[in-house]
Amino acid sequence: MIENSNQIGSDSPVVSSRGAEDIAAICNKYGNDKHRMLDILIEVQDRWRCISPASMDVIASQTDLTRIEVEGVASFYSFLSLTPKGRVTIRLCDDIVDRFCGLEEVATAFEEVLGIKMGQTSNDGAFSLEYTPCIGMCDQAPAAMVNDIVLTRLTPDKARAAAHDLKSGQRPESLISDRFGSFSAHQQALRMVDNNIRHAGEVLLGPVPNDAGLANAVGITPTQIVNTVEDSQLRGCGGAGFTAGRKWRFAASDPAEKHFVLCNADEGEPGTFKDRVLLTERPHLLIEGMTICARAIGAQQGILYLRGEYVYLRDLLEQVLDDRRRRGLLGTDIMGVKRFNFDIRIQMGAGAYVCGEEGALISSCEGLPGEPKTRPPFPVNRGYLGYPTVVNNVETFCHAARILDRGADWFRAMGAEGSHGTKLFSVCGDCLNPGIYELPYGHTVWELLEMVSGQDAAAVQVGGPSGTMIARDSFHRRLTFDDLATGGAIIVFNGQRNILEIVEYYMSFFVHESCGYCTPCRVGNVFLQKAIQKFRQGLANPEDIEYLKDLSGTIIETSRCGLGMTSPNPILSTLQNFPLVYSTMTKPSKNRIRDTFDIQSAIDGARKIAKRRSHIFDRDFTQ
Amino acid sequence: MTDNRRDSSFTFTIDGVEIKAYAGQTIMEAADAAGVYIPRLCDHQGLRHQGSCRVCTVKAGGRSVSACTQPAAPGQGVENETPHLTKMRRDLVEMLFHEGNHLCPICEASGNCELQAMAYRLDMTDATKFPYLEPCRPLDASHPDIALDTNRCISCGRCIRASQDVDGKGVFGYVGRGIHRRVAVNGDKLADTNAEVTDHAISREVCPVGCIIRKRVGFVTPIGEREFDKGLIGHEIEERRT
Repeated sequence: MIENSNQIGSDSPVVSSRGAEDIAAICNKYGNDKHRMLDILIEVQDRWRCISPASMDVIASQTDLTRIEVEGVASFYSFLSLTPKGRVTIRLCDDIVDRFCGLEEVATAFEEVLGIKMGQTSNDGAFSLEYTPCIGMCDQAPAAMVNDIVLTRLTPDKARAAAHDLKSGQRPESLISDRFGSFSAHQQALRMVDNNIRHAGEVLLGPVPNDAGLANAVGITPTQIVNTVEDSQLRGCGGAGFTAGRKWRFAASDPAEKHFVLCNADEGEPGTFKDRVLLTERPHLLIEGMTICARAIGAQQGILYLRGEYVYLRDLLEQVLDDRRRRGLLGTDIMGVKRFNFDIRIQMGAGAYVCGEEGALISSCEGLPGEPKTRPPFPVNRGYLGYPTVVNNVETFCHAARILDRGADWFRAMGAEGSHGTKLFSVCGDCLNPGIYELPYGHTVWELLEMVSGQDAAAVQVGGPSGTMIARDSFHRRLTFDDLATGGAIIVFNGQRNILEIVEYYMSFFVHESCGYCTPCRVGNVFLQKAIQKFRQGLANPEDIEYLKDLSGTIIETSRCGLGMTSPNPILSTLQNFPLVYSTMTKPSKNRIRDTFDIQSAIDGARKIAKRRSHIFDRDFTQ
Repeated sequence: MTDNRRDSSFTFTIDGVEIKAYAGQTIMEAADAAGVYIPRLCDHQGLRHQGSCRVCTVKAGGRSVSACTQPAAPGQGVENETPHLTKMRRDLVEMLFHEGNHLCPICEASGNCELQAMAYRLDMTDATKFPYLEPCRPLDASHPDIALDTNRCISCGRCIRASQDVDGKGVFGYVGRGIHRRVAVNGDKLADTNAEVTDHAISREVCPVGCIIRKRVGFVTPIGEREFDKGLIGHEIEERRT
């Protein structure tokens, strides 16, 4: 481990006694608490660019764990690495939308200037270049993270220029501006990333008064707060759509000594970026909503789980929390109400889509690998550290704050039956106006496409890969929980796009993001991905269509959490809505030999071991 | 058993057979006690329930759940050995075969292997439709008394729980994510750990396959006289049925 603590540098990841002291100091900072393992590992990673076996030994002894337990966490998250990464790590967003916007050319530009290939680290330890799944910038693709800095709307020229600047020793933030440090946190965020708010609705993105909901909430009883949220019929905005008020009621009615409020800001569904905009433009509303929930369920502690890809928003959010503490809106005796105590810490994620799953998010906050928990018990009864916990999405908390301000009736009057209020839609892909649209539930896909100028769409992915891919004949369908449910992602594809390419990408995403806990999701998704590759290569038989459906059914029915229960959706929804895409790619096998069977590659291993050629299959055997 | 528990007893059904259960019991615990076998691989007597292999998937009240973790509910109808569920389970067992490298004819565990026995019980006899992943996994023979052939590991995690909870050691743990998730040892190799051949985690009953091998005792029981040569997996539970 390196000696010089001021500079992210040096090469050998061997722990010296000084290094061990420094690591122990980091552990100390988090109270040597094993539940803060992710914070400890992120800090070690940031400073030494890797988490070496020797550093894991130190962390293990500090936190009273075994090294294998530390390694289990360190090896789970994409942004942590057991081998050294570059001082500057460039992560190109590898989403299908980025691919369609010229990702490959941008990647090549970086490779050429930096002299390394994607997935490699330069010999001098200066640069790492890698792909990462959707970083929530699909409205300004291609995008990349350069350490904690976000670059958007990349072109090969911009990429080359950025790579040259970095190579000449410039710091990543100076790629944005020479005066980056002099900007406010909010300005910094906006310099990096556009909000692209295209349509502000009445609830969230229109004018919002400061803490009016919280002021009302402290004037009524916790039960009345829960009643109000339940009366509004607000449903969770992260995708699953569970009634928020019921969640709050279950947690509130549990007599445990502690309760927790967790905010899920881990939006990782490819094509989703709505929470990014709320975190940037409505952070106070979000914290207000969490504070109201805390009063409703009797929680004193909250956690804002921020996805690692949104690390560029951390300073902004920390400042918001500090500001609210100063103003008596967080901390003790909030708004002067005796014994209304509540505070929030930010938990950074480290690159794991599955942590958006409620139980996995709790595991991650507890310093564990982001694996979903066994249900029952449910988080509302036994969640974070075993205590009753409400986990809601960013947008859900924002809505709750507004509901406490304007009343349940006001909210319920908007939207459609069973889907009340407004929803943020993050629209990207082949349309003229990608960005954020706050609309009441109930619009048809056609109406939305007109707003975004994407009428040429041949396919629309509603709800991201775990949602539904629909064709033009379904554009009359409505964006509601009962028809086309969505956490907000709308990805538009024109007729030039290859549906099977999209499906293969989405399956590779799920393979990459499966936690691996249960068999069907861990293994089955790999089989699905391989099967789609067969279709793309023209090697599929007609029977393979049945195989896809059958295997998908097994995965959906036996998987342990929502990831596996929805991962076959890209295949199933395209089989249903674009059947020709599949059937035209199949042909019956000849001579009862599968086209995928290649005798030469099948015997190659044996040929090498035997150190001779095949009598039957090598025509030049005699030579 | 306290009177309190006896008071809280109730009944539910598995494939139409009435089963007695106590509050807090899982479907599998109640079924085991009643002599009804629900196939399983990652679950093992005396260890925490994990619910990861999903072979014990049953339909309870119409929903798919893992029987080893799902609490039994009064009056509930549970489906277990239906053709549909047997097919699902066969798929899962087949996935586990294809995920690793399982060469039964040369494996020391053949005949004692729960994966192999489960394949027989579930009639895994058709030609396979899944691709083989043929991973390249390490063999760790560093320990004087124990060898690990991780090609055969099915990630059931029984050794992890046995070592942690029964032996109080923590020799094993999971590392990695997704298809790369695997069982690893607490150190660079097994010899670096405090594993001993007398550990419960190392005993023959804990590893369901031939991954954890005790050196110098291989093939003591000849093939043909092994556990599952005598009866289908689960027969000892089914024999409890009155």
